[in-house]
Amino acid sequence: MTTKAESLTRYRHNAATNRLGLWLFILSDVFAFAGILVSRWALWGNTRPDLNQVLGLIVTSVLLISSFSMNRAEVAAAHGDRKQFMIFMSLTILLGIAFLAGVVGIEWQESPYAPSDNIYGAIFYLMTGMHAFHVLCGVIFLLLVLRNGLRGLYTPEKHWPVEAGAIFWHFVDVVWIFYYPAIYLMGNLVR
Amino acid sequence: MTHKSVNPFSLGLVRGLIGLIIASPLGIGLVSVLLAAQGQEWLVGKFWFTEPAWVLGAVFGSVGFLIGVGAFNDWVKVALGEEVHETHEADPSLPSWTRYYNFSLDHKVIGVQYAVTCLIMFSFAGLFALIFRTELIQTGLQYMTADFYNTMMSLHGIVMIMAILLGLAAMMNYLVPLMIGANDMAFPRLNAFAFWINVPSGIALLSSIFLGGFDTGWVGYPPLSVRAPLGMQMFFLGVYLFGLSSILGALNIIATIVRCRAQGMTPFKMPIFVWTALATAIISLTATQLIALSFQMVMFQRLLGMGFFDPAKGGDVILFQHLFWFYSHPAVYVFVLPGLGMISELLPVFTRKPLFGYKWVALSSIAIALVGFFVWAHHMFTSGMQEFLRVPFQYSTLLVAVPTGVKFFSWVATLWRGKISFETPMLFILGAIVVFLTGGLSGPPNGTVATDLHLHDTYFIVGHFHATMFGGFVFPFFAALYYWYPKVTGRMYNERLGQLHFWLLLPGFILQSFGQMFVGLLGMRRRIADYDPSLNIEQPNILVTIAGLVIGLSFIIFVFNMLYSAKRGVVSAANPWRSRSPEWLLPTPLPVHNYPQPLEVLGEPYDYGLAGSTYVRVNPQSAAAD
Repeated sequence: MTTKAESLTRYRHNAATNRLGLWLFILSDVFAFAGILVSRWALWGNTRPDLNQVLGLIVTSVLLISSFSMNRAEVAAAHGDRKQFMIFMSLTILLGIAFLAGVVGIEWQESPYAPSDNIYGAIFYLMTGMHAFHVLCGVIFLLLVLRNGLRGLYTPEKHWPVEAGAIFWHFVDVVWIFYYPAIYLMGNLVR
Repeated sequence: MTHKSVNPFSLGLVRGLIGLIIASPLGIGLVSVLLAAQGQEWLVGKFWFTEPAWVLGAVFGSVGFLIGVGAFNDWVKVALGEEVHETHEADPSLPSWTRYYNFSLDHKVIGVQYAVTCLIMFSFAGLFALIFRTELIQTGLQYMTADFYNTMMSLHGIVMIMAILLGLAAMMNYLVPLMIGANDMAFPRLNAFAFWINVPSGIALLSSIFLGGFDTGWVGYPPLSVRAPLGMQMFFLGVYLFGLSSILGALNIIATIVRCRAQGMTPFKMPIFVWTALATAIISLTATQLIALSFQMVMFQRLLGMGFFDPAKGGDVILFQHLFWFYSHPAVYVFVLPGLGMISELLPVFTRKPLFGYKWVALSSIAIALVGFFVWAHHMFTSGMQEFLRVPFQYSTLLVAVPTGVKFFSWVATLWRGKISFETPMLFILGAIVVFLTGGLSGPPNGTVATDLHLHDTYFIVGHFHATMFGGFVFPFFAALYYWYPKVTGRMYNERLGQLHFWLLLPGFILQSFGQMFVGLLGMRRRIADYDPSLNIEQPNILVTIAGLVIGLSFIIFVFNMLYSAKRGVVSAANPWRSRSPEWLLPTPLPVHNYPQPLEVLGEPYDYGLAGSTYVRVNPQSAAAD
């Protein structure tokens, strides 16, 4: 028979192992994102494509705000505040979907390049596509966390999945902080 | 093994293959219908045979396989917030051998699964080599088309690399948790997933023979890989899948070493093999992403016309080589480091002496791994990359010799005045040292710009590379298989057959490797189906081919020994090598959860021959009670 204290110790031990695993995964993923970033510098050099600047700024703001709401949701889970958790978790997911809609739904359709046109199209779709894929995975993960949270599976002591979702979400956000200027801002405009 | 009949559907492998067979046509059909809806390719003789259809078919098939095996069952439960068991006993209603065909979470079972899969892929790759080597006995093309030669040569390379990665995973999965006193890996489900993903990967690679093959060698350089037949895509997918396996396996190894060590198992008291596993895992975890990326970019260029490597669209083929070699050079350290660790691990046992310079050897592995990240462009001295990169990469490459030299000095000093005994594992360890030395000494000529400009793409490179792989992986892997065979099966292998295996393999291999270097220096190009008769290298080529056949023969003897001894071998003593390592202090067969009571670390790992010293204590009472 395990007491509550033993079960908590065990949970913390497992969560610490899982945390290490997640950070190792992120380290690995960083190499993939970095490889794409290096390819951007190799192929575009000091130039950038002609993209919708307003839209770029909007989606970037949306993603940065979503990181804030993700943090609020995690704090709410740590305090056992179900209502706050639900509100901010849903907000994060909605912002994530809004980001996807902005990038894939609008920017991809509006962009003056097709993937097969030239390296501007190729790298643009590779960078935004790889990042959007991670956002999509994050959204799905957060949806599952929200569902399980609403069913009362997380307590202030035991909410590792919320933390995992938050770490991953912030990671995806940080990647965009590097990708946004590399795609939209740096270099001379090519028409 | 029992002869009790078993429902084939209770075997994960069978369910997985059914899943693969069901899911692949779904993917093929989906793309075909989508293309047809756009008015493309419909019923123009290519309906099922468009490239996107086959690629998505293979992706669907791989996922179908994993679903069939049951890789996702527990994860779906976790995602839905249901409880999953932390223990992992196999279904008691099935005979115990079925564990090996199912999604087992036990690292020891997974280790054996890896080892057997490795030997199967190793046989395929060796067979491919013999097939195209035979063509090289004479100049001119006798019984092969140039395309088939290219496919065989390319598949030999990539399937061998897959086999090596599987073999490493076998050693690391089986040994690392046992050596550090853990009951399993940190993430058992991830571990099993990382193994099973190799099966669709292997099927994809081998299926490329029937889909036109590919002629790029294992490197897949564009622009050739952009034009190659459909088999190229199966090659990319196969590499992608076993690369994923490699990344996830490495993640698991690092987490296990960091989190699951027994009390008192401080870093410098770990068995030396664990250090090399850690160094290997650091490279696999990170660098593998870059080969995956480079292959993915070529896949996209083929499927969607994205012009990363197409100069007409502003792309750059040299970029591919940089991305590719950023993994593929460190990869050779992935291949050899665990083998070198195996040499350091077993030498003290058979010389009854402490390992010389333990800390230096431990840290030299980490040093090789780190330096290995900064040497990749030495593969590109003749590629047309910026010339100022050549000399820095020459020096960083030569720097690798320093930590490798540390290992060699340690081995020689460990052998010095030891009480050496020459059982089969020790023979393979000594063979590994000799062969790796020839591989190592033939390296600097390739790493130095001035000489490499002449040697690049000749058979000299082939000879050098095979010597490093045999010395760094094949010989130590055989040593490990013989050494731990009694632990895995409870029976001893046949010593006489083991010795025969060694005495055929060593001279066979040295003849092959030196022969390759010799014809290379005389001007024979690598990866080409034919050579100029005026080079006068037919005779050495015959010798190299014969040596290859001898190696094949020795491998058959080895497989026979393994299979025969598993049934008829003498029942082994509990600790036949008088090893101090903790796994030998446990009963055979090993308990499902290795250490029911925590392992106690009392002393240094390699104090062989020191009176009264102990390394670890395993609580025998609890082990027996399991």
